[in-house]
Amino acid sequence: MGDFFSQFATLFENYDVLGAFWVNIQLTFWAALLALVIGTVLALMRISPIPSLAWVGTAYVTIFRNTPLTIIMVFMTLGVWGQLKFELSQDFASNFFRLAVVALAVYHAAFVCEAIRSGVNTVPLGQAEAARAIGLSFLPAARIVILPQAFRGAVAPLGNTLIALIKNSTVAAAAGVATETSTLMKNMIEFNSSLIYAIFLTFAIGYVILVIPVGVATTALSRRLAVRR
Amino acid sequence: MEDPRTDPTAAADPTTPPTGQGAPHERAVDHRPDTDAEPVVRLTGVQKHFGDLHVLRDIDLAVAPGEVLVVIGPSGSGKSTLCRAINRLETIDEGEITVDGQPLPAEGRALARLRSEVGMVFQSFNLFAHKSVLDNVTLGPVKVRGRSRAEARKEAMGLLERVGVANQAEKMPAQLSGGQQQRVAIARALAMHPKVMLFDEPTSALDPEMINEVLDVMVELAREGMTMIVVTHEMGFARKAAHRVVFMADGQIVEQATPEEFFTNPRSDRAKDFLSKILTH
Repeated sequence: MGDFFSQFATLFENYDVLGAFWVNIQLTFWAALLALVIGTVLALMRISPIPSLAWVGTAYVTIFRNTPLTIIMVFMTLGVWGQLKFELSQDFASNFFRLAVVALAVYHAAFVCEAIRSGVNTVPLGQAEAARAIGLSFLPAARIVILPQAFRGAVAPLGNTLIALIKNSTVAAAAGVATETSTLMKNMIEFNSSLIYAIFLTFAIGYVILVIPVGVATTALSRRLAVRR
Repeated sequence: MEDPRTDPTAAADPTTPPTGQGAPHERAVDHRPDTDAEPVVRLTGVQKHFGDLHVLRDIDLAVAPGEVLVVIGPSGSGKSTLCRAINRLETIDEGEITVDGQPLPAEGRALARLRSEVGMVFQSFNLFAHKSVLDNVTLGPVKVRGRSRAEARKEAMGLLERVGVANQAEKMPAQLSGGQQQRVAIARALAMHPKVMLFDEPTSALDPEMINEVLDVMVELAREGMTMIVVTHEMGFARKAAHRVVFMADGQIVEQATPEEFFTNPRSDRAKDFLSKILTH
């Protein structure tokens, strides 16, 4: 048993495990922020009274929700950067990091959009009618009356999307982010195949530790923020 | 004893005789609408369909400044749709609706501006659930009219005082009773200084004991000369405050008359039938 624990010690000594998790946390943070912005705009488009905007929103969600994340990730590097020569930074590593963030964000924006839309469905139609009746046009009505209530109703599904995003951040390996956890795990296994159980457990437990607070927080928040009617 | 729902004074004052058909009824509103002036609201040849259902047929109606118009009729007669069409919460298929002489814009900023001049009170109150009572009332003046927060607050407190819920100003809507919520909704509409107030069955979702507190506010408004279009089942309110009663059935205006005339001497069979069903307990 002591032997088993010493395996972890060896791994932590020779590899920057926490640093790798920190990379995934950063990927998640920036992607979540960007996805929230894009997803909110998409949700607004989908509930807007302008059919062409609604159509674009629907098309976006359909395309990105149904495309594997790995393909989007690879497309960002081989297509957007490799072919189109589109650079997000002069620095090689941060360019890949940012491309990965964009890939994660555009993919999860589709899910954020649907989460917010489910939140919008928790807001009774009468709220929008009352907003319109006092003279608010679509955008102010959405900003002041509908979205604040929709977000509060969407905390739980948004939390689920965030949890998926945390774990999906490992796909950034496909975009050449070499410092994140799944790449590190691959390296560890390659050079320490005898420690395979300790390696698996390290990353499994690491992600459980990251994800559990998110689940607990969203459950608590969704209860606390719920709009009383 | 008559069902208090159909007559608000019956519950308040047990000595009032039951007000069946033809019974005398005290008028609370004595001013006359200015029928020579340009109508505040005018509907001309309005048609509306919900699929195969023809919900509004050839509606022609003009509401004069200061007039209190009560629309009654069986459920499904199109009276709520009529009310909602006036601020374009429902679109119409044909015809024209003007508010203060201007045709209703189809959409956009012009429509929003026009809606801000038309107060609306809903059956289900529809107070903004995430905002305090006071914020509900100040939201329109601040965000639509661009008035200062302090100024809007001051006026909102005055309005809440007037409808009798000033002491609830900091509470959230869900903490209030239905009657209180509906009075806040009236204050919210009044805060926009509307040219006309629409009431879409304002007391239908209320417990019986809360109906009067809302009707009292409405009668007071009528007395002050507000132009009002009220869709309601409260016959007592119609008698007391209406200048004109419009009876609708199957999407049509079947009959319109002063309340005295309508309740004592309805001409159409549909109206007689309707009144006999609601007034004979």
